[in-house]
Amino acid sequence: MAQGVKVEDLSVIFGSRKQREAAIEMLDDYKPDEIREKTGATVAVKRINLEIEENELFVIVGLSGSGKSSLIRTLNLLNRPATGDVKVGGRSLMDMTKKELRYFRRNDVAMVFQHFGLLSHRTVLGNVEYPLEVQGIEDKERRQRSMEAIELVGLDGWEHHMPNQLSGGMRQRVGLARALTNDPELLLMDEPYSALDPLIRREMQNELLKLEDTMDRTIVFITHDMNEAFRMGDRIALMKDAEIVQLGKPEEFFANPANQYVKDFIADVDKTRILKVRNIMSKLKSVAKLGDDRKETLDFLKENEMDFIYVTDEKRIFLGFLKIEDLQKSKAQKIDNLVHKDETKIYRNLYLQDAWEKLNESTYNLPVVDGKGRLRGVLDYDIVVDALAK
Amino acid sequence: MFKLMNFILEFPERFTYDIAKPIDAMVDWIDKVFREALDVFVIVFTFIINRVQDVLFFIPWWGYVILLFFATMKLYKVSTAIVLSSLLLLIGVFGFWDATIRTFAIIVVSVLICFIIGLPIGISMAKSRRVEMVLKPILDGMQTLPSFVYLIPALMLFNTFGRVPAVFATTIYALPPLIRLTYLGITNVDEQVVEAGTSFGSTPMQMLFKIEIPQAMSTIAAGVNQTTMMAVAMVVIAAMIGTPGVGRDVLRAVETLQVGDGFAAGFAIVFLAIILDRLLQGLAAKLDTTAQEGEE
Ligand SMILES: Nc1ncnc2c1ncn2[C@@H]1O[C@H](COP(=O)(O)OP(=O)(O)OP(=O)(O)O)[C@@H](O)[C@H]1O
Ligand SMILES: [Mg+2]
Repeated sequence: MAQGVKVEDLSVIFGSRKQREAAIEMLDDYKPDEIREKTGATVAVKRINLEIEENELFVIVGLSGSGKSSLIRTLNLLNRPATGDVKVGGRSLMDMTKKELRYFRRNDVAMVFQHFGLLSHRTVLGNVEYPLEVQGIEDKERRQRSMEAIELVGLDGWEHHMPNQLSGGMRQRVGLARALTNDPELLLMDEPYSALDPLIRREMQNELLKLEDTMDRTIVFITHDMNEAFRMGDRIALMKDAEIVQLGKPEEFFANPANQYVKDFIADVDKTRILKVRNIMSKLKSVAKLGDDRKETLDFLKENEMDFIYVTDEKRIFLGFLKIEDLQKSKAQKIDNLVHKDETKIYRNLYLQDAWEKLNESTYNLPVVDGKGRLRGVLDYDIVVDALAK
Repeated sequence: MFKLMNFILEFPERFTYDIAKPIDAMVDWIDKVFREALDVFVIVFTFIINRVQDVLFFIPWWGYVILLFFATMKLYKVSTAIVLSSLLLLIGVFGFWDATIRTFAIIVVSVLICFIIGLPIGISMAKSRRVEMVLKPILDGMQTLPSFVYLIPALMLFNTFGRVPAVFATTIYALPPLIRLTYLGITNVDEQVVEAGTSFGSTPMQMLFKIEIPQAMSTIAAGVNQTTMMAVAMVVIAAMIGTPGVGRDVLRAVETLQVGDGFAAGFAIVFLAIILDRLLQGLAAKLDTTAQEGEE
């Protein structure tokens, strides 16, 4: 199960101990620039609060020096917060002992680095094995799991090459495979594609989206490129001068830019080619599961003034929907036989342009599914019209 | 007036102090307190040097030539292999084979000891600011001292001529570059690589042995190279305290003004130095995995 992240009142400050203490005192009343001038300390992150949901692909975007890396690096405690705390899956990182922290890093979190951070003295396989090796997992299992990760990123056949024999794109694939071997619930990616040329970058983005689609994994992704941010993100946080200027779904940036800075930042983003179904879909408040009690479901629908509800199986795979009138007419114990099997659904990584046609044919709002057919949300006709109109 | 002139021109006699006396006293004291321990030390090291020498003499001359040829071919190309193997043959041709092996034995033992001591010191210097602050000036100082100053304490410590004080002096003289380059290698490991190690939950020991040392290996090998070169230089000078080997041949030739012999022995040492230098430099380059393939 993936884990959510909660960042509370988080600040990151660089400088000597004395400088940092002085800077904390000034944090609430001064801007980072002024604090640097007065104390010599750099405030890289200033009292940030945010919550990242399970399975979310959360993007942090901002210009160089805005504090993106400083923020993401607190999520596995490569940077220690000066104030505040980070909670992953409900556990506070600051409260962890050294041993607990090591356990957390070995099992629950992994990081992909901008300049790859590969061990140049080891083969591709040796690199991918490393996270399992430090855990003391025995050879056979280690090899098998590593090869799975290598295949996942499409590097099979290259496992015995050295990193310096690979191109940049391939090296970053090794970095990704290495981060996937210990099956982390939280994946941190600090500008993973910034060092790559644009063509490869696009390819890697699509690959990641495809991978992400079939995994249960919370991803925090950093970039300084707004186009990349919009292409990837379920939600985006725009950072400036150690603070978050705006946080929300991509669509919200176009609909309600928080200020002129945001407007300028998104000015040259072509949204129909970047906005995807997933970016503007709505979350489902409730879903019926196969095997649910008919009467309870009926009561629930009445109570919430709904006239139909989507149905999934126990693995969240989308099956169809239930109408309230069918529930009322039937005498069955369970809902199972009342489900309207419906094949009209929409893939969540479709660009809005392409989704438009399908949406026009349908009479209902469309259920949104991921690559495995799991129900992820619903696409509201009016919201699409709104988004495209602006 | 005259007196004053004298005072200025010549160092006043009443300010001189005979420093030899307290040093002699200290040597006596060391002699009294540590004699037995030092004697055991001499016995142990004589044994070690002898065994190493046995092994080195066990390999026939053509064995060395073949080994060298294939090692250089792997590290460089055939032409380099031919040149280096010829140099090795020339040492034998000049009639210095046995003397060179004896010299080589002392070099091998000294460099091994340097490695065993130098590596942990270099690592602790990279890990601790305090150790770094203490050792840096000492290393700087050691590198400015001329080689032969180490001979005297070596002699007086062991109270004997020969190979053990030579190994001792050589080790101390040749140690600094190895420490320095180990320290440099570890501190210069790519920051993101170290961070990757941390982010996957490495223990400090895993970090050191699986990441930092392997990443620093090329720099450490360069340190071994420098240390070996200094050991070669020192071993010749150590002939002054009666160390057997090519150094003694050089010394004898100088004393008896036999220019031809002196040159021949000198060449043997130079060839040995060139061969070792090439081998270790090639090794260091081979171990450098950070360079992009095809780049230099
Ligand atoms: N280790 C450090 N020591 C001192 N200052 C630092 C350190 N790391 C970052 N900073 C400073 O903190 C501020 C934020 O840096 P950070 O690396 O988080 O920015 P960023 O948004 O990731 O930028 P980039 O896009 O260049 O990676 C900058 O002013 C930077 O100079
Ligand atoms: Mg950064």
